[in-house]
Amino acid sequence: MARVLSLGEAVAELVHDGDTVALEGFTHLIPVAAGHEIIRQGRRGLTLVRMTPDIVYDQLIGAGCASKLIFSWGGNPGVGSLHRFRDAVQHSWPVPLEIEEHSHAGMANRYVAGASGLPFAVLRGYTGTDLAAQTDTIKPITCPFTGEQLTAVPALNPDVTIVHAQRADRAGNVQLWGIAGVQKEAVLAAKRSLVTVEEVVDELAPRPGAVVLPTWAVTAVAEVPGGAKPSYAAGYYERDNAAYQAWDEIGRDREEFTKWLSDLRGVKA
Amino acid sequence: MSDYTADEMMSVAAARALGEGMSCFVGIGLPSTAANLARRTHAPNLTLIYESGCLGAKPSRLPLSIGDGELADTADAVVSVPEVFNYWLQPGRIDVGFLSAAQLDKFGNINTTVIGSDYHDPKVRLPGAGGAPEIAASCREVFVVLRQNPRAFVEKVDFVTSFGHGSGKGDRERLGLRGAGPTLVVTDLGLLRPDPETAELTLTELHPGVRLEQAVSSTGWTLKVAADLKTTPAPTEHELTLLRELKKAGE
Repeated sequence: MARVLSLGEAVAELVHDGDTVALEGFTHLIPVAAGHEIIRQGRRGLTLVRMTPDIVYDQLIGAGCASKLIFSWGGNPGVGSLHRFRDAVQHSWPVPLEIEEHSHAGMANRYVAGASGLPFAVLRGYTGTDLAAQTDTIKPITCPFTGEQLTAVPALNPDVTIVHAQRADRAGNVQLWGIAGVQKEAVLAAKRSLVTVEEVVDELAPRPGAVVLPTWAVTAVAEVPGGAKPSYAAGYYERDNAAYQAWDEIGRDREEFTKWLSDLRGVKA
Repeated sequence: MSDYTADEMMSVAAARALGEGMSCFVGIGLPSTAANLARRTHAPNLTLIYESGCLGAKPSRLPLSIGDGELADTADAVVSVPEVFNYWLQPGRIDVGFLSAAQLDKFGNINTTVIGSDYHDPKVRLPGAGGAPEIAASCREVFVVLRQNPRAFVEKVDFVTSFGHGSGKGDRERLGLRGAGPTLVVTDLGLLRPDPETAELTLTELHPGVRLEQAVSSTGWTLKVAADLKTTPAPTEHELTLLRELKKAGE
């Protein structure tokens, strides 16, 4: 059964130095407030996992929380590059960042295998690309029925997955709608999970097509209104595009970024 | 005809390549602009598929990213990311994959990973693969749209993120790739298509007012030119008006 905790308590309890941590979200419902709390609590040596690391991952990497990134597309959506990510890969600043790189299809299938309790997933992918040569997490496999050459990728099972959703009830059942990305798979693949939500309500009104994570599949729920900003939460608020553009300026410069980081750390959650 | 920019010509030419009734897996940036212009001009029933899981999106303005809420709000269906790749893309249900690139080589191989020969010590770290490797492998054909200059149009890409025609004709078949690969490259200067014999990208059309030497000097390999080199029809007033409205509404 999920416990309803404060964000600070949940991160303190569920995220440890050296953990493999996935904060998932596909442009929509990105758990930004939870990422900032990890920075405030000063976690180190994390392996961060995410299909589309965006500005909150740029911030975590720039703050020195991560030693490794497992990903498939790292950019500031609609704006350009992630400069803290680039600085870490190209100049090891502030700490070296190891990378394990995949395609979206590969990452999605790794989570599916993780959620399914299987050791690996099979896809028809990566053929002819240089990606396979850079990691031992992409291997050829022969179909035992047809003999076709396919690709195997190992399951991703994060120590903890954090996602943001619209609502939970007091028992900790979570309801999420709109672009749902790979959040369900990432939660079910993880050993522990935290869902930050816009609001905790007495009863969840049914929403056709919504993803529901039952309380027994989630470790903790934290009520964090606006917890996805500057990304968006369908039904609650829109994306703050100006904030994404403004990040380009801050992220580009180590000094500007360092100022931003001390401001963040100075604000108590 | 009013004045138009090279970028506008490129977007219009790319939009024209998309046929009415096709399904198109749309990458971010230029492809998205072209696909949304096509829907407003000659292809109102073009099915747009975005990797965020939006199938049949009909945005009223240009989406700011592939996960823009406007895409979900206007889609026929919103599905999970594993579903869009496994059920819709992988079996070969989609006609065209529409991609951009940081580097493109003469056999249509795409690099969006690193600039520089050392993956671990790159000159420039790029965003990475995203959905492109499987889009390039599984769509029935692939269109690429990018601005033509010697830094982008290279003899051989530094890193093959997405496979085009490898090192020549027959490579895709040998690897068991199902789609036809890149069949068209649209740039701000003209159109390139793979040579039917060698699969090497060949200039088949120049945009109005572009000199052949300009296309040649903007290409990082010795550019082959089709014997019957044609001129792209200039954008119509209608196309330009709709494109400008679209761009303005996206701001």
